[in-house]
Amino acid sequence: MSRFVKSREAILLAAIVALIALVETRFTGFAAPGNLARVFNDTSILIILALGQTLVILTRCIDLSQASNLALTGMVTAMLNAAHPGIPVVVLIAVAVALGLLMGAFNGLLVWKLDIPPIVVTLGTLTIYRGIIFVVSGGAWVNSHEMSAAYKAFPRADILSLPVMSWICIAVIAAFAVGVNRTALGRALYAVGGNPGAAVYTGIDVGRTRFWAFVIAGGLAGLCGYLWVSRYAVAYTDVAGGFELDIVAACVIGGISISGGLGTVTGAVLGALFLGTIKNALPVAGISPFWQMAISGAAIIVAVTFNRRRAPGRVILKEAAA
Amino acid sequence: MKNGAMPAKPVLRLDGITKRFPGVTALSEVELALYPGEVTALVGENGAGKSTLVKILTGIHQPDSGRIEVDGIETRLPTATAAQEHGITAIHQETVLFDELTVAENIFLGHAPRGRFGLIDWGRMRSEATELLTRVGADIDPATPLRDLGIASKHLVAIARALSVDARVVIMDEPTASLSQTEIEELYDLVERLKSDGKAILFISHKFDEIFRIADRYTVFRDGERVDAGMIRDVTEDQLVTRMVGRSMEAIFPRRHSDPGEEILRVAGYSHPTEFADINFGLRRGEILGFYGLVGAGRSEFMQALFGATRPSRGAVKLDGRIAVIRSPAEAIARGIVYVPEDRGRQGAISAMPIFQNVTLPSLSQTSRNGFVRIAEELALARRYTERLDLRAASLDQAVGNLSGGNQQKVVIAKWLATKPKVIILDEPTKGIDVGSKAAVHEFMAELAADGLSVIMVSSEIPEILGMSDRVIVMRDGRIAAEFDREGLTPEQLVRAAAGYEEVAA
Repeated sequence: MSRFVKSREAILLAAIVALIALVETRFTGFAAPGNLARVFNDTSILIILALGQTLVILTRCIDLSQASNLALTGMVTAMLNAAHPGIPVVVLIAVAVALGLLMGAFNGLLVWKLDIPPIVVTLGTLTIYRGIIFVVSGGAWVNSHEMSAAYKAFPRADILSLPVMSWICIAVIAAFAVGVNRTALGRALYAVGGNPGAAVYTGIDVGRTRFWAFVIAGGLAGLCGYLWVSRYAVAYTDVAGGFELDIVAACVIGGISISGGLGTVTGAVLGALFLGTIKNALPVAGISPFWQMAISGAAIIVAVTFNRRRAPGRVILKEAAA
Repeated sequence: MKNGAMPAKPVLRLDGITKRFPGVTALSEVELALYPGEVTALVGENGAGKSTLVKILTGIHQPDSGRIEVDGIETRLPTATAAQEHGITAIHQETVLFDELTVAENIFLGHAPRGRFGLIDWGRMRSEATELLTRVGADIDPATPLRDLGIASKHLVAIARALSVDARVVIMDEPTASLSQTEIEELYDLVERLKSDGKAILFISHKFDEIFRIADRYTVFRDGERVDAGMIRDVTEDQLVTRMVGRSMEAIFPRRHSDPGEEILRVAGYSHPTEFADINFGLRRGEILGFYGLVGAGRSEFMQALFGATRPSRGAVKLDGRIAVIRSPAEAIARGIVYVPEDRGRQGAISAMPIFQNVTLPSLSQTSRNGFVRIAEELALARRYTERLDLRAASLDQAVGNLSGGNQQKVVIAKWLATKPKVIILDEPTKGIDVGSKAAVHEFMAELAADGLSVIMVSSEIPEILGMSDRVIVMRDGRIAAEFDREGLTPEQLVRAAAGYEEVAA
């Protein structure tokens, strides 16, 4: 317990609580449970994507194509729904996840087999996936009235007074908490990012591990594609444009080290919630969206300064090692 | 500057230099004098303190005590720049140059000729670079990008760079390690030219033929002490070998009653296009097989191939009498062959990870059920093996990066033992760890062998090889040069086999 208090996660949690308290002093009701649940629901997509990104960053890679992946799968599900309203939502979700997995696998294969730096690969696929949206849709929008009621209602459906969207997010967080900490793949992610050389000698296939990180991140982006489009009830080429940077920002604020091998599921979730809280609090306070961007940016720099990895390896001073 | 003046005064003199690192005294009261126009060979085993001395001379390390004199005036060399300003420059085994820059830029990086407004005078830089390259006898266009040059040419560029800062003391740290025979000849010519220019040269080498070919003086280091110095013409190769290794075997090795069992591993005709060729040997149950050789003899490269980290081009491995195909480290581990790499930082432990996770990383199938890791079992497994190795840590939850070098090495060894291997390959198992941890590792190796584990120990430390091995294989230039039984084996035999210097008469 005492270790948690000193951890970066605790600092972040304190920052979020302080932020909520600060807004509450000005605008009573912001900290009400109902409103906080709304903030969480609103941040669900960012949390899910940040968790996917976390896996990738843990292996010393980065996936910049998540938002494009999301927009493409979202468009495909919306067009399928508009053309064949009879297809059950579950099938559409399966299509979204499968398509996302496929795009993730494409990223992963390029990184693994061709050994191209991940930032280059996903910068490329960011554009490619976005371009495909235009190709399949012809640049047309799919609007709310073209979507079936079931398509739009599913994420909003209420179970135990929380929307399905929130429940999906909670399920993903739970799966990650177990998967990252308690499976061989989870360990491999940390090993590959922490020390690729040592991972090889431990019998871990570095490329294969990275591949799976990209596949999972892609699948989650696909899932979020459906969630996003059905929530906002509109699909167009530029959906979630620039959102990949919010995702990376959430990870960085959450203490996921860009140099790999360091970071926790809790951190990623809190990082996303921090951004989500700011996003929801500032409009309430009547602050311009441009300030939102500046504040998010400042938060990233502050977080990185706090999270700087303390020099690992040799500690010469006895007192410092204690 | 020529050698004419009667007793030549040293350009550089070290006196009573001591340097301690946590747990080790790297240099103890050493002295050294370098004379203009003369080559001084510095010889010693690995770990004798040669590299530390070079680092002190080039301003990278500061001595704890002692005097450094340049031209008879006491000086300090607090930074690399200060060393350069005093005209001391080093050419390393792997030259520190920039592949993407041109030859001229490499030569003048940091002190490029300036023209008007402080901008780099490219014309002058080119012409001066050409002049320097001619002086070192290199026919290289200064505008060539460095990456297009071979290793030998890169060395010449490094030497040209040394000349460009008006060096008076040139340190060459195993400059011929990666050169071909003709390139080595060219380097000798260059050394002659530097000598006639009045430079003082410190030449570090393991190869006796070249020491006797080009050096005027010698200094022998052993265990951080200067044990001997003098003129080359006054010694023979035999005497030099004896002084280098002739230690009292003060390091105490565990007394072993060795009784190797049946052959468990057989390697036949293992070859690689560039690293090693034609490796044949057998390993018996409970045996410790030492692999000795100079740095770069291909020992680690061969072991990595045996472990599946690199692919050999030809050869076969039999494990327990059956052909074993090993294509990846995972397959090697599954078959019971594990490799503890030399470079702990890069290849050993994952420093941000807790100790217990490091230990269980290759054994997760043992500690998981239904695909999920069971933390309690992991901790139990980690505790079992770290206790056996007498690991000192506050908690198994501690990050490995916070441990001392010796304890990190224990974590890495514990990790491999937890996989219950049949053959364990230890690459320089005690390199860079303190004396106490060394003894513990040796003790432990003896226990492993007694338990029936077969150990391959790659080591460049002669006492360790002699103290621990049942049998010793010496590699030279990627091939097996000799094989010895421990009985009656002398340090001199090892050094001769490794350096390729044949005994004149027994």
